[in-house]
Amino acid sequence: MALAIPAELESKIDEVITHYPVSKRSAVLPLLHLMQHQFRFISDEIVNWVAAKLSLEPIQVLEVVTFYPGFRQTAPGKYHIRVCRTLSCAMAGSYELMDSLCQAAKIDRSHVDHHHPIAVSEDGKYSIEFAECLASCGFGPVCMVEDDFFEKVEPAKAGELLARYSA
Amino acid sequence: MAIQYISGKEPHAREKRLIFKNIDRVGFTPSIDSFLEDGGYEQLKVALKMEKSAIINEVKASGLRGRGGAGFPTGVKWGFIPPTNTKPVYIICNADESEPGTFKDRYILHQDPHQLLEGMIIACFAVNAKLGYIYIREEFPQAAIIVEKAIAEARAKGFLGKDILGSGFDCELYVHRGAGAYICGEETGLIESLEGKRPYPRIKPPYFPAALGLYMSPTIVNNVESLCHVKHIIQMGGAEYAKLGTPNNTGTRILCVSGDVQKPGYYEVEVGKVTMGEVIDVLCGGMKPGRKLKAIIPGGSSSKVLRADEKFKLKDGREIGIMDIPMDFDTMAACGSMAGSGGVIIMDDSRSMTWVINNLNNFYAHESCGQCTPCREGSLWMKKISDRIVSGEASPDDVDSLESVANQIEGKTICAFGEACSWPTQSFIKKFRDEMKGDCKPELVGEIVSDEGKVAAAGLAA
Ligand SMILES: Cc1cc2nc3c(=O)[nH]c(=O)nc-3n(C[C@H](O)[C@H](O)[C@H](O)COP(=O)(O)O)c2cc1C
Ligand code: SF4
Ligand code: FES
Repeated sequence: MALAIPAELESKIDEVITHYPVSKRSAVLPLLHLMQHQFRFISDEIVNWVAAKLSLEPIQVLEVVTFYPGFRQTAPGKYHIRVCRTLSCAMAGSYELMDSLCQAAKIDRSHVDHHHPIAVSEDGKYSIEFAECLASCGFGPVCMVEDDFFEKVEPAKAGELLARYSA
Repeated sequence: MAIQYISGKEPHAREKRLIFKNIDRVGFTPSIDSFLEDGGYEQLKVALKMEKSAIINEVKASGLRGRGGAGFPTGVKWGFIPPTNTKPVYIICNADESEPGTFKDRYILHQDPHQLLEGMIIACFAVNAKLGYIYIREEFPQAAIIVEKAIAEARAKGFLGKDILGSGFDCELYVHRGAGAYICGEETGLIESLEGKRPYPRIKPPYFPAALGLYMSPTIVNNVESLCHVKHIIQMGGAEYAKLGTPNNTGTRILCVSGDVQKPGYYEVEVGKVTMGEVIDVLCGGMKPGRKLKAIIPGGSSSKVLRADEKFKLKDGREIGIMDIPMDFDTMAACGSMAGSGGVIIMDDSRSMTWVINNLNNFYAHESCGQCTPCREGSLWMKKISDRIVSGEASPDDVDSLESVANQIEGKTICAFGEACSWPTQSFIKKFRDEMKGDCKPELVGEIVSDEGKVAAAGLAA
């Protein structure tokens, strides 16, 4: 299936490339961000498209996708959640928060590992993963839902948080 | 009119708000109008009329030391660009803010982006950089939008772009977003990332960014907070700025306090003018009720842990306790740790040190870029061994193995992540060896134990 790039996205992409007058290759990350924002994850077609756009070999794009935790190669849920796992948040209860979010969203994290960090709920509505320090350590536990950021999230209120993303 | 702060977020009386003056300020927005009303971009106008070398000299005279982690003098770094250089020069603002325990740049980016831009444009002018990038971690999506908008506003007012304010100086800045990897905070990893590659750090020498940085051109990488200070140095003059703080540890810095205190948060203080005890008891309202201090990680997760009952011998012969340590670069180094990124993590007597070091080892195992063997393998082994100690299925010998793995990473890697990941383990074991061994099973000494349980007696394993 050929990738359908909306005109608006392509013009944004063309604009972003101009931010890198010295080397188009520098635009790999921003292009992948734009594509992931549009298509939710980075498929092989996207890798090929970005490579062609920037006159690169596909492997030069793929190696970037596979390195950075911020890029996904499988579809997340409609609302993707990231819970900070690192020390200050863990001291403030982030593991408990992870557990109660999983319970509230009916997510099974038993198969999660380093290479497959994301778990998706059965209905596909929510997905979740641990993130490392989100730079708000004084106000943990912290988490993100899509691009929204939450501090001092009480594990007991996980359901309330999810209810804001029920559409 | 006096500055008002949002109720409940007022600065403490012991704070000196220079960089964080506008954080949580009532009526202050990230818009350029708010910034201009407050006297914004006046220092840029002043700087554009100065000699470039005079700006660098003011920054040198200020004594400003980098706020990103290493504490390297900013003016000296700027001076490293080879005088014979004919290549373009670049500036990168390190807004990756990923050292666990650190949360300060976030507020500047979200609430006062023009302060950063003004400092950064002055820096660009001083080192003659016509192109610069602000590398913002991916987990700050709103900040990227806010800073991009601020750049557009600054350009519209003639503070960026061609012939800035009639000075003949051209400069463009762009936001570049990371993608969730801690190693992009390391400056050469960041540069590789900005070149569109995996963020594998480069070996120094020869790849010192000031000589061979972005696109193999001279590049200055500075932390968000460091660049903000530049604006205030121009405003006050380097010598006047240097009166803030203490000798060789000048200015203000933002301490980020997290963990087991009553009021965790961010506190901007004059460097060296408050002690650790004052941070805990005065700024942060003390320990939690009924709890006692056990340990402190003083400068981000990579700094060596300090134990509550330690005594530290200073250069002048004085011996001080943990609560007497002034919060500055040099004393923290003399105490065997570092002021680092300003991230202070406080742990009370309810915390298991085994659990703490295991949490950090999981972080480092996840974040090693994998380029050099001691770090890639060692960080994973440190995670595995400490996972086992935490599970209660380890032999006391495992604590020694853990220590020896850490010892074999430090000093043997391409970038300072090697130290960053081994210092926590080395220091926790050095200071809490008995506790960690106490979490192990003495009867397992000499046994080889796998993740699945006991496998074979020692000599038989091979
Ligand atoms: C593993 C590692 C991670 C780092 N992370 C950051 C970071 O998130 N932010 C930062 O400003 N500096 C970070 N640094 C320090 C940078 O390499 C660099 O020294 C700093 O950005 C220079 O700016 P400064 O002189 O203004 O402090 C890190 C260093 C290492 C070794
Ligand atoms: S020390 Fe670790 S993080 Fe740094 S280059 Fe080597 S493997 Fe990568
Ligand atoms: S440890 Fe969670 S935000 Fe830093």
